[in-house]
Amino acid sequence: MPAFFFHAVAAFLLLAIITIAATPLAAAQDAGASDPFYEQAKTLVDASLKDRRGIVEQLAASDDPRLIPLLRHLLEGDLYYSKEDGELLVVDGDTDAVTSWLTDEAVEIGKSDRKKITTNNQLRGLLRDLIARLQLTNDDATVRYNAVRQLLGEEDDDTTETIRELIASEDDRETRELMQVVLDFERLSKEEQVEDDLFQRLSRRLEPEVKNKLTAYAESASPAMASNAADALEKIDARVRFYGHIETIFFGLSLGSVLVLAAIGLAITFGVMGVINMAHGELIMLGAYTTWVIQQWMPSNVGAALLLSIPAAFLVAGFVGVLIERLVIRYLYGRPLETLLATFGISLILQQAVRTIFSPLNRSVVSPSWMSGTLEINSVLALTNNRLVIIGFCLAVFALLSLVMQRTRLGLEVRAVSQNRPMARAMGIRSERVDMLTFGLGSGVAGIAGVALSQLTNVGPNLGQGYIIDSFMVVVFGGVGNLWGTLVSGFTLGIANKFLEPWSGSVLAKILILVFIILFIQKRPRGLFPQKGRAVEA
Amino acid sequence: MTSLLRGDRGGWILFALVILLMVYIPIGNLALSADHPLYVSTYTVTLLGKYLCFALLALSLDLVWGYLGILSLGHGAFFALGGYAMGMYLMRQIGDRGVYGNPELPDFMVFLNWDALPWYWYGFDQFWFAMLMVVLVPGVLAFVFGALAFRSRVTGVYLSIMTQALTYALMLAFFRNEMGFGGNNGLTDFKDILGFDIQADSTRIGLFLASGFALLAGYLACRSIVTSRLGRVAVAVRDGEDRVRFLGYSVTKVKLAIFTFSAVLAGIAGALYVPQVGIINPGEFTPVKSIELVVWVALGGRATLYGAVLGAVTVNYLKTEFTGLMPEAWLFALGALFVLVTLFFPRGLAGFRLPWKSAK
Repeated sequence: MPAFFFHAVAAFLLLAIITIAATPLAAAQDAGASDPFYEQAKTLVDASLKDRRGIVEQLAASDDPRLIPLLRHLLEGDLYYSKEDGELLVVDGDTDAVTSWLTDEAVEIGKSDRKKITTNNQLRGLLRDLIARLQLTNDDATVRYNAVRQLLGEEDDDTTETIRELIASEDDRETRELMQVVLDFERLSKEEQVEDDLFQRLSRRLEPEVKNKLTAYAESASPAMASNAADALEKIDARVRFYGHIETIFFGLSLGSVLVLAAIGLAITFGVMGVINMAHGELIMLGAYTTWVIQQWMPSNVGAALLLSIPAAFLVAGFVGVLIERLVIRYLYGRPLETLLATFGISLILQQAVRTIFSPLNRSVVSPSWMSGTLEINSVLALTNNRLVIIGFCLAVFALLSLVMQRTRLGLEVRAVSQNRPMARAMGIRSERVDMLTFGLGSGVAGIAGVALSQLTNVGPNLGQGYIIDSFMVVVFGGVGNLWGTLVSGFTLGIANKFLEPWSGSVLAKILILVFIILFIQKRPRGLFPQKGRAVEA
Repeated sequence: MTSLLRGDRGGWILFALVILLMVYIPIGNLALSADHPLYVSTYTVTLLGKYLCFALLALSLDLVWGYLGILSLGHGAFFALGGYAMGMYLMRQIGDRGVYGNPELPDFMVFLNWDALPWYWYGFDQFWFAMLMVVLVPGVLAFVFGALAFRSRVTGVYLSIMTQALTYALMLAFFRNEMGFGGNNGLTDFKDILGFDIQADSTRIGLFLASGFALLAGYLACRSIVTSRLGRVAVAVRDGEDRVRFLGYSVTKVKLAIFTFSAVLAGIAGALYVPQVGIINPGEFTPVKSIELVVWVALGGRATLYGAVLGAVTVNYLKTEFTGLMPEAWLFALGALFVLVTLFFPRGLAGFRLPWKSAK
């Protein structure tokens, strides 16, 4: 369903909307003499390559809404005809699905019974040009903008002339500016002397074509002009670098979000309760597997399955967490090193259990369509949707958890017990119950982290292991017993990692970060934000 | 020697058993024919030699965990470093018998198109130098790491996690091809050691005996530390670090001395392990290996020394059996072992008493 939907949007957007909406159904059904556009299009089938050029030019004079999609299909080599009756067919390049061009209905036809309507370079050049021209006069500003964007760097005299005609009547500011760039390009190519204004204008553009053009210009122009061009280039480079940094920070934030998500459950169990839970990674893994299982149940509705996975993963991992606490950890309070060993044993058991139940192979979880795609800020900076969603999700989980810890009865009791257990008990808090619920909460959050991770990596029995050391580092670096510390430290480590990566490689960056944390802990053994007051000594 | 083992019944039994094995195994393997009922196969010799190395490694961990209270989750790193030092010597001994026949460079460097030996490989063609590095590399790393950590009083769980980060970082580093240690594949295809063919039965026996001697010597060394004044201070540090400090002892120095010595011991164990198994790769650095080592000691019984040996041999024997019979179940068994031992046998096998005796 999502794959089909995606294709429909990408490849048949115009076709789907325009054909169905604008063409009366009746006309589509008795396609014959009443549809001159189609008749004309069909003459492409028997025409020679040379004649096809003429036919395409005639077709372009029509104002039929099916024109651009037709030209596109022809350009991309998707347009076929049936050998039997000469009807036009559209073949999807990826899926090889055949549809009738006229009715948009699926057609059963063998490979040998259809033939491609071929094009040559000259014809394809003409098609591109025609499509651009037609789009430049489209009613939708986005279509016009994209058309100019595609022309950029490949413009010829004809298209430049078209743009010169259209620029005055263009009312979309961004499109107009881009059109101006095309005109500026022409002047750079043809005139000896150009005024500074032009370079000023171009130095604000980030399109790679502008850079190429200026670089080429600087090589051939007179020294004075060349230095102007070099100045403009330098400005462009500075801005590209700036956006590069923004992008790195964004990558860092998204990596940091993953770290925070993985670590924040640990921050509760380790930080607040002082329990070393080496099975934390496996609770994350359980969350990821929950996502996978739910997706198997409702494969037709990926988005809803993912949303449903969040509470489900919380419950599954939380339940397992409570079991671990009740069966093992509660006998080991006050003996942190023993807790570490016992929970490590549990992590081995959970790993093997998953391997036995789900097979040792990695499972992949499908991402819903709203998580793919990108948010384009400008031509050098594009933020991918899945990263944006993860960052938002991380912040939401963090906010919710802070709210629970600061504003609810449970949070109050958890804080009381973690600060002074005997006193809290004296005040009537059932510390055993609080321990159990806290551990369940921390484990549940680990499960939620697993839902997020299932969108980024494959789900396998070793998923958790990869995150356990990182999570501990984040918590220790941020300062134990401090949710804010975990957030700051996760983002800091994520961003630092991404800034190191370009010059050191990803593995070395990770090593450097680990060494840095080891050294940092020597300097500040209680992390970035140490807990203050008497609770520290308890 | 007898004075060191005074009152250490477990130690006496261990000595007796190891010496017995060291006498019997060479005869059983070399002197008896293969169809003799008391014949010992070379496979068994290597297996036992491996157990002895693990026992020495467990001993080194027991020294810091049992007597000093430091739970190191990175002792596998010292073991692996000692192993790599030995592996580098063995690699250089291959000479021009490698696949590419390059007299200077190991195969993997030829494969990576390196044209010269990296500086840190110099000297490893000499046995004495390699042995020096077996001791120095883990020792210096432990000393530097310990000096930093103990001086700033990183203790308990934090220290454990730091040691884990250390071995994790080393693992990532050794996985990189650019490091010059063979990357993913590690060092392997060894031919001979000190001129003896590494595959020959007699060499295997020699390595087995060397491991036995190393274990006994290591045991005596640990005993001598444990029974000395230093050992008593160490136990005091374990039980009440601040009090020891207030009494005027330098806790940092005590910890540093014992931690460094323990790392050296682990390094020696690694160096003896590598020629017997014939490979060393970054897998030895994985944190899981180090934690597994902790469970050997926990199962055997902490702060007894001989318990560590007992635990190492028991767990590894079980592992050999399990992975042979039903590999699926091994992780279940190991995991259950972790949980059950910590919950029900905090003193381990060595602390196990028959019910009518423990009543006293």
